[in-house]
Amino acid sequence: MPEAQRKLAEQLRQEFGDRVGDPELVRDEVTIEVSPDELFAVMQSLKELPQFAYTQLTDVCGVDYAAYGQGEWITEQASSSGFSRGVQGNSFARRGLTGVYGVDEITSNTGRRFAAVYHLLSVTHNRRLRVKCFCADDNFPMLQSVVPIWAGANWFEREAFDLYGIVFDGHPDLRRILTDYGFVGHPFRKDFPLIGNVEVRYDEEKRRVVYQPVSIEPRVLVPRVVRDDNRYADRQAKEESGNG
Amino acid sequence: MGDIRSYTMNFGPQHPAAHGVLRLVLEMEGETIRRADPHVGLLHRATEKLAESKPFNQSIGYMDRLDYVSMMCNEHGYVLAIEKLLGIAPPKRAQYIRTMFDEVTRILNHLMWLGAHGLDVGAMTAFLYCFREREDLMDCYEAVSGARMHATYYRPGGVYRDLPDRMPQYEESRFRSEKDMKVLNEARQGSLLDFLEDFCARFPGCVDEYETLLTENRIWKQRLVGIGVVSPERALELGFTGPMLRGSGVEWDLRRTQPYEVYDELDFEIPVGTNGDCYDRYLVRVEEMRQSNRIIKQCIDWLRKNPGPVMVDDHKIAPPTREEMKDDMESLIHHFKLFTEGYCVPAGEAYAAIEAPKGEFGVYLISDGANKPYRVKVRAPGFAHLAAMDEMARGHMLADVVALIGTQDIVFGEIDR
Repeated sequence: MPEAQRKLAEQLRQEFGDRVGDPELVRDEVTIEVSPDELFAVMQSLKELPQFAYTQLTDVCGVDYAAYGQGEWITEQASSSGFSRGVQGNSFARRGLTGVYGVDEITSNTGRRFAAVYHLLSVTHNRRLRVKCFCADDNFPMLQSVVPIWAGANWFEREAFDLYGIVFDGHPDLRRILTDYGFVGHPFRKDFPLIGNVEVRYDEEKRRVVYQPVSIEPRVLVPRVVRDDNRYADRQAKEESGNG
Repeated sequence: MGDIRSYTMNFGPQHPAAHGVLRLVLEMEGETIRRADPHVGLLHRATEKLAESKPFNQSIGYMDRLDYVSMMCNEHGYVLAIEKLLGIAPPKRAQYIRTMFDEVTRILNHLMWLGAHGLDVGAMTAFLYCFREREDLMDCYEAVSGARMHATYYRPGGVYRDLPDRMPQYEESRFRSEKDMKVLNEARQGSLLDFLEDFCARFPGCVDEYETLLTENRIWKQRLVGIGVVSPERALELGFTGPMLRGSGVEWDLRRTQPYEVYDELDFEIPVGTNGDCYDRYLVRVEEMRQSNRIIKQCIDWLRKNPGPVMVDDHKIAPPTREEMKDDMESLIHHFKLFTEGYCVPAGEAYAAIEAPKGEFGVYLISDGANKPYRVKVRAPGFAHLAAMDEMARGHMLADVVALIGTQDIVFGEIDR
């Protein structure tokens, strides 16, 4: 683990203490988790305090953790069915969510489903920081906007709103950005089908473009497979002991 | 004289200077812009969502289609993120090849930008000159990958194959006399490296040609000097990267500050502007072309002296050769598993950024241990630049918007993704 990252983690602990989660150091990247209530204040300090000086917000990324770690293929035990079990059925490309044999309805409200991930860059110290913030309510994910801190966040937040439905409170102009005018739904959520809900075509009789339910058949060519690979576990441990 | 009323004007998406499918809604007061509202997303293909439904390697080709004038750089960002999660590093030769092609791509991109920017602003000739040199570099793409644009050449663990020993040549046809063919094939008698070396030798002269057409051109300067000025502090705050940031005078280049591949072993300079206007950004990019040329030369020298593997020797990630596959059982199994299921990437997250021609191209990858990414987020430089269009265009004239689109080097493949 490089020294600079360790120093940054130490500075973060000193400055914020319990206000943020313990800095996570993986490879050369430092990640902290912030609660939605603290987000704005912490971000402001990260920009303004000279020991951090994160003058640039590189990226804001929405994430939907609803299907995290779910595969479509059993890898642990033997099974009697063939390849088709991963291809057929209600897999994630069809309906949205993935489960071992089908859809897992999202009914629980865990408060760990939607997250916004901010990547910060400090030009003066030449280092990066990743700040992760989970939305408290899955049904109405909302976070404080950081546009007043970094003007560059504007479109990134609009994008996260458009694709994931995360509402940024205090954003000056929270409109959809990438999807069509009048689009319904948030397409990057895991329960939004890959093939979409509607398609457009030109109607000869009506002499205009019309919307209609999708007619294409969804296909899964390669099932989603989650495997524990011990080689990588070893490698990571080795790296850590080698450098530490 | 009647009063000048403010009105709203629609610019694009079908406008030759819109660089693709930009729709700008401009609130005008006379010919002055009060507010510019870019409407993007007309080219949105949900690349990131598509990547979630495919094994890792199958999405490399999609990355080419993001910023479709700097193809290999996009692949590079994606491939680096995967490599970071897998914890592998490509062989040295592959790193040099990648560096070399990153710089070839940078020249390709800047030539396209220079030609289109000139055309937008009214300098037709530069466009024709730029495309002449682009052709040669596209031939390099073709020689190495088989495709002139969407190469899919970089792979996690290295590159798809080693550089070819023979540069493809023009063939006889009824449209070409023997004499013409001889001229066309003159530089193509040797390997790809010979061809590139020949290109590097004459390219600085070509850049001089562009510069004689533009740099001191009175009309060119009248259109660019003092247009779209951004202060260094503001440029950082707006998320500017690449030449847009360096044009404002911030010396920040990931190749130097956070070197990846072999950039720390190469000798090159980073041009910065002073005024932060369109003209400075033009100068920065032109100088970058010269510096890229220098880097390519150094890479050619190294690659000539150091043959070796271009792919990691781990058949869990890289497929075995066809010959091996045909007579070795284990290789056959590896091949089958790789092409049906792909490889699983250990759970975790990584952000890999490279200095693409347009700025910082980053890929944020979340993996849950599956053979497909859980989330891929592409951080496109043009997205942040276009977001600042409103601020840059305010108070300028309508014709300056075209110069601003040009100076931002907008490509919709990466903005809409």
